[in-house]
Amino acid sequence: MSQHLIILPILLPLIAGIVLLRTRAGSSRHKRLMSALATILLIAVAVALTTTASSGEVTYYALGDWRPPFGIVLVLDRLSALMVLLTAILALGCVIYACAGVDEEGSNFHGLFQLQLMGINGAFLTGDLFNLFVFFEVLLLASYALLMHGGGKGRIQAGLHYVVLNLAGSSLFLIAVGVLYGATGTLNMADMAVRLSDIDPERTGLVRAGALLLLVVFGLKAAILPLYFWLPRAYAAAPAPVAALFAIMTKVGIYAILRVYHLVFGDHAGSLSAPDQPWIWWLSLATLTMAATGVLAARDLRLLIAYLVLVSVGTLLAGIGMRTPDATQALLYYLIHTTLVTGGLFLLAEMIGIQRGKAGTRLVKGRPMHHANLLAGLFFLGAVAIAGLPPLSGAIGKVLILQSAGPDQQLWLWPILLLSGLCALIALSRAGSTLFWRGQDGTPGHTHVSRCQWFGVVWLLAASPLIVVFAGPINDYTAATAEQLATPETHIRALLPDKGDES
Amino acid sequence: MTLAWIPLLTLLGVLIPVPMERFGRRLCTLATATPVVIALILVLSQLPMLLSGGLPHFSLTWIPSLGLDLAFRLDGLSLLFAVLILGIGLLIILYASYYLSAEEASGRFYAYLMLFMTSMIGIVMADNLILLWIFWELTSLSSFLLIGFWSHWTDARKGARMAMTVTGAGGLALLAGLLLLGDMAGSFDMGTVLASGEAIVADDRYPIMLVLVLLGAFTKSAQFPFHFWLPHAMAAPTPVSAYLHSATMVKAGIFLMARLHPAIGDSLLWSWLVTLTGMATFLYGAWFALVKTDLKAILAFSTVSHLGLITALLGIGSPMAIVAALFHILNHAAFKGAMFMNAGIIDHETGTRELDQLGALRHAMPMTALVTMIAAAAMAGVPFLNGFLSKEMFFAETLYTPLLGGLGWLLPMLATLGGILSVAYSLRLVHAVFFKPARRQPPKTPHEPPRLMRAPAMLLVMICIAVGLFPALLATGILELASTAVLESVPELHLAIWHGVNLPLLMSLIAIIAGVATYGLHIHLKRFVRQFAPIDARLVFEGAIQTIASIAHTLTRRLDNGSLQRYMSWLLGGALLLATLGLVQLPRLDGGQATHPVDGILLLGAALMIFGAIGTVVSHRHRLISLLMLSVVGLVVSLTFARFSAPDLALTQLSVEVVTMILLMLALFFLPQKTPRESSAKRNIRDLTLAGSLGMVIASLNYAVLTRDIDSISNFFVENSVPGGGGHNVVNVILVDFRGFDTLGEITVLALAGLAIYKLLNRLRLFMPHSDGEGRVWSPDRYPMILTSVSQTLLPLALLVSAFIFLRGHNQPGGGFIAGLITAVALILIYMARGVEWTQSHLDFPYQPVAIGGVAVATLTGLGSFVFGYPFLTSAFGHFHLPWLGDFELATAMLFDLGVYLAVVGATLMILANLGKVTTPHRPRKDDSRAGTQQPQPSSKEPR
Repeated sequence: MSQHLIILPILLPLIAGIVLLRTRAGSSRHKRLMSALATILLIAVAVALTTTASSGEVTYYALGDWRPPFGIVLVLDRLSALMVLLTAILALGCVIYACAGVDEEGSNFHGLFQLQLMGINGAFLTGDLFNLFVFFEVLLLASYALLMHGGGKGRIQAGLHYVVLNLAGSSLFLIAVGVLYGATGTLNMADMAVRLSDIDPERTGLVRAGALLLLVVFGLKAAILPLYFWLPRAYAAAPAPVAALFAIMTKVGIYAILRVYHLVFGDHAGSLSAPDQPWIWWLSLATLTMAATGVLAARDLRLLIAYLVLVSVGTLLAGIGMRTPDATQALLYYLIHTTLVTGGLFLLAEMIGIQRGKAGTRLVKGRPMHHANLLAGLFFLGAVAIAGLPPLSGAIGKVLILQSAGPDQQLWLWPILLLSGLCALIALSRAGSTLFWRGQDGTPGHTHVSRCQWFGVVWLLAASPLIVVFAGPINDYTAATAEQLATPETHIRALLPDKGDES
Repeated sequence: MTLAWIPLLTLLGVLIPVPMERFGRRLCTLATATPVVIALILVLSQLPMLLSGGLPHFSLTWIPSLGLDLAFRLDGLSLLFAVLILGIGLLIILYASYYLSAEEASGRFYAYLMLFMTSMIGIVMADNLILLWIFWELTSLSSFLLIGFWSHWTDARKGARMAMTVTGAGGLALLAGLLLLGDMAGSFDMGTVLASGEAIVADDRYPIMLVLVLLGAFTKSAQFPFHFWLPHAMAAPTPVSAYLHSATMVKAGIFLMARLHPAIGDSLLWSWLVTLTGMATFLYGAWFALVKTDLKAILAFSTVSHLGLITALLGIGSPMAIVAALFHILNHAAFKGAMFMNAGIIDHETGTRELDQLGALRHAMPMTALVTMIAAAAMAGVPFLNGFLSKEMFFAETLYTPLLGGLGWLLPMLATLGGILSVAYSLRLVHAVFFKPARRQPPKTPHEPPRLMRAPAMLLVMICIAVGLFPALLATGILELASTAVLESVPELHLAIWHGVNLPLLMSLIAIIAGVATYGLHIHLKRFVRQFAPIDARLVFEGAIQTIASIAHTLTRRLDNGSLQRYMSWLLGGALLLATLGLVQLPRLDGGQATHPVDGILLLGAALMIFGAIGTVVSHRHRLISLLMLSVVGLVVSLTFARFSAPDLALTQLSVEVVTMILLMLALFFLPQKTPRESSAKRNIRDLTLAGSLGMVIASLNYAVLTRDIDSISNFFVENSVPGGGGHNVVNVILVDFRGFDTLGEITVLALAGLAIYKLLNRLRLFMPHSDGEGRVWSPDRYPMILTSVSQTLLPLALLVSAFIFLRGHNQPGGGFIAGLITAVALILIYMARGVEWTQSHLDFPYQPVAIGGVAVATLTGLGSFVFGYPFLTSAFGHFHLPWLGDFELATAMLFDLGVYLAVVGATLMILANLGKVTTPHRPRKDDSRAGTQQPQPSSKEPR
């Protein structure tokens, strides 16, 4: 089985999804067990993949036994392994949380959830540009269905914006892939990189158009200003475990930007290298600014967290905008942190909302909560982490990113990033004080909190202190990942042994 | 390792109190105090090593790429502060056990307190700049929890947030400053940083770094103009005020300045900034201490004032000034700690802190009165007490500093003025509380507190007296030790009460006499002050925050206004801009490839397509017409495929077109026939421009691509289709073999679309129009006879065609996808002719399993290759011979194609059935006889 390891992160959820979806009816207990088991297995697979990848070797899996560049390949390197592992860890928290009852609010939750995982993992693993498009579609449709889970006006409205914008994005993706294929004659990313290194200069304009169109698509997915407007409402409306899982969705966009503009449009592409650079840097700063404004403006806890997701997107993109191995290393660490913590916070927000009855997650006075102390403690933990205060992971990530900025970049990045942290601090302290401290009248409602919910939240939020404690080894890994990303030659040589030397 | 145990012990102390709470307050207090005592002993056990000139040190690598090590040091300065933190901490723990009422959560309180203690210890022992910052911010967090401990009280909540925001902001500035500092020194290691002072001061970035670091220190130590949070932090329980806001946390800023003094303190900029800020704070705080009427507010402003004094000394920066600063830190901690504890006792026993309601308490609380009076005297700088000594040193330093040059007299004058105010407010406090008769009765009848509650304050006051009397014996040692950490050469210390008659002594005398006089004139002062409207920093702060929030809200609303059209225009505008940037670099659009000659048919087709496209847009408000126009485009596209010899594409396009059109029409049924005019003319122009230019750019891209020859991988597919894939139809082989993985993904997408639509429509109940746009009632003849019979006849035929198309697919135009669509079309026809209920009762199988089954078949086919040791989806094919039927070919790819077929049929029917189902239950019926028979069982069946 070990030779098939690379495809397992796709096949495992696919098969689980098929089994779960074969009928809509069926015992929810079996479905939950199955879904949770599949996710746990996925973690095991991801751990195995990460161990394999950490040797630094790039390996690939040729589907249908068609060698690259002709067939589709899945490529395993440090980055893809890391992303798959992160997804699996996040997914386990979400899926267990969902078992508390969210999954029964509509149909097919677990099956759709697994297919969503398949889409995400596929996007992280594929080495083929068109196949990336296919997986973008899988995860888009699955996420749309999950967003609708449970129904309700808010979800349908937010879902409409989400799906329409993303379908338009998909069309642009197709056009971009078409242009790039037309200009280079290949779809395999490594092969495209090779072909770009000696491309007819007459065509560079065409390639650049395709490359920049891709940036629009990835920017939409990553939620960069001015393309992020679909995000706050969709994330705030989605059922908690879905919103939590969506924490990885923006990272798919981030991943795609990292992958494509390092592998395909790396230094070897001459004048075509890093066409995203001038755009990403300034837009990331703008994203940070506007997201921080949104954080201050939010009057609902879930909306607040959604804008905090955008702050993290801005931070990550700023890291990409600097385009140095140091910055990449820093942003990868930050990415791990922000994905897990925002995921946990979305789950926590729903628990708080349920406890507060009618007031829900709106930041107004509400009825007192059962388990107020425990919830408050978890909220404090999550807030400290996400606001980037020590001693939790956000601070480490932020300091890493601040430190990786060059002298010219410091001038812009430092004030904006630090002030966005201050905005988060102000907003979160207001939110926390309103939710947990403000004198609450009435009696707490008798809402049952299931052990699954506690597990989900704790599983994700506990990651924050853990990745601080193990920051040393994690940083070693991310540093090696950044190094690998900055030298696409290894990647190309692994896939195309006879062509790699030319570049 | 011993060093690491000190913070570790206090950290463990965080975990103790909450579980211990149930064993009673006494035990809980004891258990909490234990680790502190051990830590204190550990600190003191390092003394011999320190005295022999060593530097206890501990280091553990943590994040090398960040330059962050878990490194601690215990030099003299750290030791001084550590003793202060742990020692006063112990007293506070004891005091708090009496202060908190029985029903209050003392466990939680102690846990927060220990967390705070840990972070303070961390700050003073950190041997790494980033580690220091981590603990620094931790003090802000733990103080947030402590100030907000009485969270039901709005003052506490707001005070906590204010303190957190101000010190948090300062902390962020500090981070930036420390990162710069580390960059200048080349390391975050404290030893290295302290040793590279000259290089740092010479660096270009020094001023920025200094300002940032000082911002951190000033906000923390409540220096003017960032002092305003401190008085409001007094909403905290008094033990917290005594501990955090007088003895320790506010000294963190001072500590930082002292700690970094060797590295960053040797510049004129430092002296100016720090001294002047310190002096301003000194005076400002003293003035407000004189006019406030709340006991704790007076103490808070007095603290601000004393912090200013220490800061000014650090700014002056001469060796003696540094020693004086350290000395005053100790002294202030002692007398102010005692003052706060007594204020808490008074508050606790009388129920008020307002000077109006207090008075003549010396009768009820003689011991407390005595202790407070001594502490206040120390605060005022009365001789024979510790405060006198350090204040006199301060006066001396202001006299001798060359800082202001010709204006050198200004500093001593201001210092004396501050001294006068200090005496006045100390006197006022004592007099008003203990001597003057109260104007109103306090809420509770005052009496002395339990002895042990008084003990901590008494102990502190005894220290004040002892140090005041025997300074050389008690203070010299520790001060010398502490100053070695800051100064290269420690000056000879002559701490004594009497230095002979000199200027500083004169200044002290003036301060005391004029101070008493000032208090005498206090009543006039009061009148003077009343003319000014009081400014409540809390209101200003809250107002500011709220204004910021509402501005942010407006801004966000303006940008993110909920309009899909706007979001879309950003997306398309972005695509337009970026694609254009690429296109303009193209030397010429035409790539030189010969174009196909144009003939009449092509022209006609092109004209039709353009007409259809424009018609779609023009008629978009009449949805049905618009849709028909769109279908014209689709048809012409499929004809185009056929014309340019792509029969597979043509077939696919045609069948996709048919199915989507029918589904769209079904959906259209629920929408108004006409769209109201929603866009303004301006918006129309914007959209037209955007759409038009994007269309042109995309068309240009297309043209550019199509007129260039490519050396693509497709040749490989053509060559390998038969030998490798076993099929003559390259398109189909690509779909099911070369790129079968894509197809697997796409049929998953299709199935997902079906599931998503099911989710969307499942609970939707829509209004059913019973007439069309012109008001004509829909025809009652819902299931026309002819259509019914035709559709039924057509079904087997269509299935046959599907089978045919499916089977030939691998070698000739066709395949699972097209076959699936054809089957779907036939089934749709039945639906339309017979209605949902009839169809579902006759075609009695659920659709979701069909769609999912399709994906399953395809996946299983792919998995099959695992058995033979090949990668997923590796195909195999072979030629077989059967009697009668002759030679034929079997390929695993056909099995895969079967999966595609099933997925397409299943997904299409899922969509169809759900769209149809939305209407059924509500449909108003004209025909009563049918309604009678069918009404009872509408959606009783599980939707498909």
